[in-house]
Amino acid sequence: MTSAEQVKAAHRSAEEIGRTAAGPRPLPSLGHQRAAADLSHVDTVLSNGLRVLAVRKASVPMVELRLWIPFAGEDAMHAATAEVLAETVLTGTARRDRVEIDAEVALIGGDLNAGVDPERLYLGGTALSDGLPTLLDVLGDVLTGATYGDAEVARERERLIERIAVSRTQPRTIAREALQKHRYGDHPVTREVPQAEDVAEVTSEQVRALHNASVLPRGAVLVLVGDLDPQEVPAELERALGGWKSDRSAVVLPPLPTLTGGNVLLVPRAGAVQSQIRLSAQTVPRVDPRYPALQLANLAFGGYFSSRLVENIREDKGYTYGAHSGFEFTGDTAVVNVDADTANEVTAAAYLETRYELFRLGTVPPTAEEVESVRQYAMGSLVTGTSSQSGLAGQLMALASNGLGIEWLQSHPERLAAVTADQVAEAAAEFFAPGRFTGVVVGDAELLAPKLAALGVSTSEKD
Amino acid sequence: MADPELFRFTIDNGLRVVLAPDPTAPVVGVSVHYDVGFRSEPEGLTGFAHLFEHLMFQGSESLEKLAHFRHVQSSGGTFNGSTHPDYTDYYEVLPAAALERALFLEADRMRAPKLTAENLANQIEVVKEEIRLNVRNRPYGGFPWILLPPVLYSTFANAHDGYGAFEDLEGATLDDCAAFFDTFYSPANAVLTVAGDFEVEEAKALVEKHFGDVPHRPAPVRPSFSEPLPTAQLNGEHTDPHAPLPALAIGYRMPDPINDLDGYLAYLVLAGVLTDGDGSRLQQRLVHVEPLVVDVGAGAGLFGPFEARDPDTFTITAIHPPDVPRERVLAALDEELEKLASTPPDDQELKKVTARWAASLHAEHDRLVSRTLALGAFELLYGDASLVYQLADRLSAVSGEAVSAAAKALRPDARAVLVVKPASTEGTEQ
Repeated sequence: MTSAEQVKAAHRSAEEIGRTAAGPRPLPSLGHQRAAADLSHVDTVLSNGLRVLAVRKASVPMVELRLWIPFAGEDAMHAATAEVLAETVLTGTARRDRVEIDAEVALIGGDLNAGVDPERLYLGGTALSDGLPTLLDVLGDVLTGATYGDAEVARERERLIERIAVSRTQPRTIAREALQKHRYGDHPVTREVPQAEDVAEVTSEQVRALHNASVLPRGAVLVLVGDLDPQEVPAELERALGGWKSDRSAVVLPPLPTLTGGNVLLVPRAGAVQSQIRLSAQTVPRVDPRYPALQLANLAFGGYFSSRLVENIREDKGYTYGAHSGFEFTGDTAVVNVDADTANEVTAAAYLETRYELFRLGTVPPTAEEVESVRQYAMGSLVTGTSSQSGLAGQLMALASNGLGIEWLQSHPERLAAVTADQVAEAAAEFFAPGRFTGVVVGDAELLAPKLAALGVSTSEKD
Repeated sequence: MADPELFRFTIDNGLRVVLAPDPTAPVVGVSVHYDVGFRSEPEGLTGFAHLFEHLMFQGSESLEKLAHFRHVQSSGGTFNGSTHPDYTDYYEVLPAAALERALFLEADRMRAPKLTAENLANQIEVVKEEIRLNVRNRPYGGFPWILLPPVLYSTFANAHDGYGAFEDLEGATLDDCAAFFDTFYSPANAVLTVAGDFEVEEAKALVEKHFGDVPHRPAPVRPSFSEPLPTAQLNGEHTDPHAPLPALAIGYRMPDPINDLDGYLAYLVLAGVLTDGDGSRLQQRLVHVEPLVVDVGAGAGLFGPFEARDPDTFTITAIHPPDVPRERVLAALDEELEKLASTPPDDQELKKVTARWAASLHAEHDRLVSRTLALGAFELLYGDASLVYQLADRLSAVSGEAVSAAAKALRPDARAVLVVKPASTEGTEQ
């Protein structure tokens, strides 16, 4: 029989399949949960001002490295120059050319990459643990001696322009740019993808000058997690990165304007078969005493699959594949973003339901059952999310940028446990009030405008 | 580092079980792999295996709609499922205290999922949104996994779109679902994997308690999906309304992944030699030296290696500027393959690739979800989960001559070339 014939052969009906003689069974209760082991770690500042978090987690013979350097700039050419810098920082030093860097890192099973956003320059790497000295040596070499050869800069500039063209056709990039512009105007934070014409102007001299001015240890954070001895890490880093120093501090992004609500904008994208709904509101950062309650309110709203928003617009109505709400932390501030992508025919309805859920979160606050569910989820995902080296390194980096460390991670379950349903209701009513939200809907304006206008969404003047 | 201990057994109803205890963190991963992917879906029902995966989350005899998600997440866990050419997997990763709950959830939907017309209609809409998001509204959507197979393959099983045509999805009936479930979702056609922090004897007892009374049904006879190798260059073209730059995907056939694993691994090493890192041959030549392309990549499998039986696809993809003729890209590629075919890569070049593979396998095993899924997939496809822990050594044993032979087999007259054209070669100004 072919598989098609097998499928057509005699079978039970859907109703018969969904029933057994014994009938429904009870859900087993949870067993005893063992606490995660304490992790031996070091959290210190090197003589050059670099903060270092090193954690031993020897689950596999690997190390994970993350370096964040505040890297803001207000100059109109900053975004383009920074992007070219990130693309060429690993393409050569006095001691190693591009291919030698790649070969040396490859031979220790490693990987080293760089990226940049309006707030930071990022260098990340992995290696087999016995390759850590090599990884640090290459990192130190690059930080103190990247040469930005003319030919490498010219080639990467060209490639970057092509990549920017590809990036700007991605619906998510288009929507993100529209949202940034709408909520933050001309603030440097909006320049996430540089303009191709600016990139074309960047010279290798400018890149070198930016490196000298801004690739600085003071104010930056390095996280190392893996099969290593944390006590030995500071001395190793003094050796490998000791030559990287400056009296100045890394350049921090100017504070963001505080978001105020209202005025959701329809941004036209002709011919789109799907729309991007992107809403945003000001909240508070992790260090705020209201944050744990706010975190739970967000989960209940749209922060996990069993949330009100997902159950409504995906599982009940089928308007979207994924709807989500989550925090975005920048400097000392935080906002909550609500995202959904929906077909043209249901965009207005999905937008309406999203606003409805915002109203409902404040007026019909999460029940005791909802609060327990998000509390367990928040505590459980801390355990599962930090059970791998890369997961733990990522978490620590995110915390470190707010000045927090591993102690915060270890004490957060207690904070979550202490949150009351009333506190969740207060956070929901305050931070998810629909009037606090601004945002954009990107899509086929011709189709969407009439219905969205009726819902108070104004159309952008520029096409 | 010693390989982790594995316990493999089969219970009376035919369900194969893999237990992989690891006490380093108080979490567990549970997965069920069913031996059915989009190559098994009936003609006229493209996309059905994936649509059905969605339905398996929509309730069971013991659990109403949405309860599955709520129970996993309110236990602190995460979940998902995915559909591949030759299997469909379901998984949860949770704090260790929730192990029994996870086993209950998987057993309950293996025994008696509640398939309803309402849920079917709802999930057809959700899947259509998924396809709009990932394919229709996005540049290079479905490139190359949907677009390349119909050029390289000629049978329905290998060539069709696993995401499915909208009209096929809309035409799916509840009876199709029932037939599909009874045929493919029997315990004898599945592998259960548990990895993480648990006691083996206790886990065995829990598996027996929850899965033991799922009635046996015979596993379906698995047809061969083999088809002859191409005897000429096969060409295809696709116009992408959102793409700003032209792209190319070249597809080759590979050795049988199951019966010639070492031959297959030589192609993985070859892929690394070609495109892994700045010093790799195609990155060097096509991206940096000449330069002809914006990006280039090579690899085994439409979503990665080890997820399909024979036939499996070796792919090379490139995005290039409009003023570079694709013939130049192909000629440069063929020259590089020719060089490798006549002169094997040296030890240092091999070591770069195999050290990175060893590290990436370690990293994959460090993430409990990836480890659980890899063990299950290898048990299902290869009949041996422990192969997962041998891969790094077997990759390191691949010789330069074997890589050379693999390069020689990637012949211009036995491949598929898919060309993606932008709808407009104008700029992207709006």
